[in-house]
Amino acid sequence: METTFSEAISQAIAEEMRLDERLTIIGEDIGAYGGYFKATKGLYEEFGPERVKDTPISEIALLGTAIGSSILGYRVIVEISYIDFMTISSEQIINQAAKMHYMSGGIVNVPIVVRTQCGAGIRNAAQHSQSLEALFSHIPGLKVVMPSTPLEAKGLLRTSIRDNNPVIFIEHKKLYKTSQDIPDKDIVIPIGKAVKKRTGDGLTLITYSYMTLVALKAAKKLKEDNGIEVEVIDLRTLLPFDKETIIDSVKNTGKVAIVHEACRSFGAAAEISAFIQEEAFDYLDAPILRICGPDTPVPYCPDLEDEYMISKEDIVEGILKNL
Amino acid sequence: MVNIGKKEKIKLLKTMKKIRSFEEAVFKLTSQSLVQGSVHFYIGQEAIATGICHCIDKKDYVMSNHRGHGHMIARGARLEKMMAELMGRKDGYCKGKGGTMHLLDPSIGMMGANGIVGGGNPIAVGLGYACKNFEKERIVVSFFGDGALNTGAFHESLNLASVWELPILFVCENNQYAISTSVDYSTPLADLSKRAASYGIVGTNIDGNNILKVIDETKNCIKAIKKDKRPVLLVCNTYRHMGHSIHDPRTYRTKEEEKNWKKKDPILLFESKLLKEKTIDQAAIKDMQKDIDRDIEKAIGFGKKSPKPGKQELFNDIYA
Repeated sequence: METTFSEAISQAIAEEMRLDERLTIIGEDIGAYGGYFKATKGLYEEFGPERVKDTPISEIALLGTAIGSSILGYRVIVEISYIDFMTISSEQIINQAAKMHYMSGGIVNVPIVVRTQCGAGIRNAAQHSQSLEALFSHIPGLKVVMPSTPLEAKGLLRTSIRDNNPVIFIEHKKLYKTSQDIPDKDIVIPIGKAVKKRTGDGLTLITYSYMTLVALKAAKKLKEDNGIEVEVIDLRTLLPFDKETIIDSVKNTGKVAIVHEACRSFGAAAEISAFIQEEAFDYLDAPILRICGPDTPVPYCPDLEDEYMISKEDIVEGILKNL
Repeated sequence: MVNIGKKEKIKLLKTMKKIRSFEEAVFKLTSQSLVQGSVHFYIGQEAIATGICHCIDKKDYVMSNHRGHGHMIARGARLEKMMAELMGRKDGYCKGKGGTMHLLDPSIGMMGANGIVGGGNPIAVGLGYACKNFEKERIVVSFFGDGALNTGAFHESLNLASVWELPILFVCENNQYAISTSVDYSTPLADLSKRAASYGIVGTNIDGNNILKVIDETKNCIKAIKKDKRPVLLVCNTYRHMGHSIHDPRTYRTKEEEKNWKKKDPILLFESKLLKEKTIDQAAIKDMQKDIDRDIEKAIGFGKKSPKPGKQELFNDIYA
């Protein structure tokens, strides 16, 4: 059935809530209102106010609620409506959730999912448009998942809910209205497995989340206009990222471009690029290219925001110029 | 005042003394570098943990803070596993990887000390949320200090616990100082329990050095939590005899102030009361201390004998 990204999210939650009757979801405006991006639509009607629980604006206490309940075995999904607000919850995420299993010598598990939403492109300015995935990917103990399609969002969210570790599940705001046909069966996708969205032997393009859609358009254009066969790897998970799939592809192509919307410095591309040169240096025919957001806050002015965003053309030009 | 039997009183005194002796022993171990890092001593506050843990049920949950040895011992934690943990050994509560600030034992409802001031309250809300949803007979006690009172997490936690009607006893152990910052400077209230009013919950302020008073009031609080389905804020006024941690020269307070508070030492007060009412005599107190010292020696021996975690342990337990 044709399903939007938002619908896929709520379907995944509903399916897991039917399987685990103690699973609850908490967040701001997720109840009767259905979530700011409609990703919890229908849950309140099916599961009621005690399992789909609206909360005051208290991002620290929300995370604490999830942690406290989940360490007793009662899993909780938290929705933090913008990743920008995760900076407020970050004490509980970084100091508490991420480290409890380790600090307790393995006694305590923290099986929570923090669903949040990221990215620029809808004129929301600097405090509602960030891509902060690298921040959380720097923290051992967390898992960071960033799907790019409804089907993968559904499969990965179900896995994330079942995972025994804290998972930061990041949804790009420009993906919510995208749709695809999703088969009516159980979909479960493992965390940490990348997927080749397009195969090719000319160049490995590594990306994730919304940029996968843009990169695929660029790859198509490079093939049509320049005859370059670009292999597009959608990481889907940043922490842990799929090292095997990356290395296999790099050995085959010898050229790498890494694309993400988050700003360039100290971003995911820097880590992946360092990893590739450590593991596959001899296979590289050119320096690794990073096509990333600029090191600036996201501006409001539509012209400026468009300038900030990475376009299909940016990727094509970057690759043609450097590789 | 609630009626407490002779045996129970003696047990309470022993627990308080056990906490103190344990910490005095730990202090000595720090000078031999057998225990390292920041250690925060509970000495002077023993009546609070002992009194409150006396009132709660075995199945109830407790959140502790960075000054958590007292909470663990009052809850019945094993001294040898605590000592081994403080020494960073394999047989410690956390395989030596948590240390003093992360002691826990879920099997006795101790859901964790915490290195972040105010960091435990949000998690206590989660424990309360789980109790309300799935384990209705249980309650949660969350211990924190006056330093946590002015964190955003305190406000969020008490508000959420109140609007969701969670069964949580929030216990503020006002030991007068957050490292060097006095509560008079940090908080514009003579009675800290007045904070409760803004969350629509009951707040009480008591002498935390009087264990019988602590027990009396805790019982009232628990009754209220169960009856009104609301959290309660209990402020216990006390004094941290030692510095914030072992590295604190205490230049921010006078010797006279320390002397005056030490006259109100909770163990001294309770012991004199028990002697006066002939619940116990000096000989029995001596025996009690011998008993405690023997247990602590055993715990130290256990810790010393326990192997250090192998280097591979660095990489274990990052993910479940």
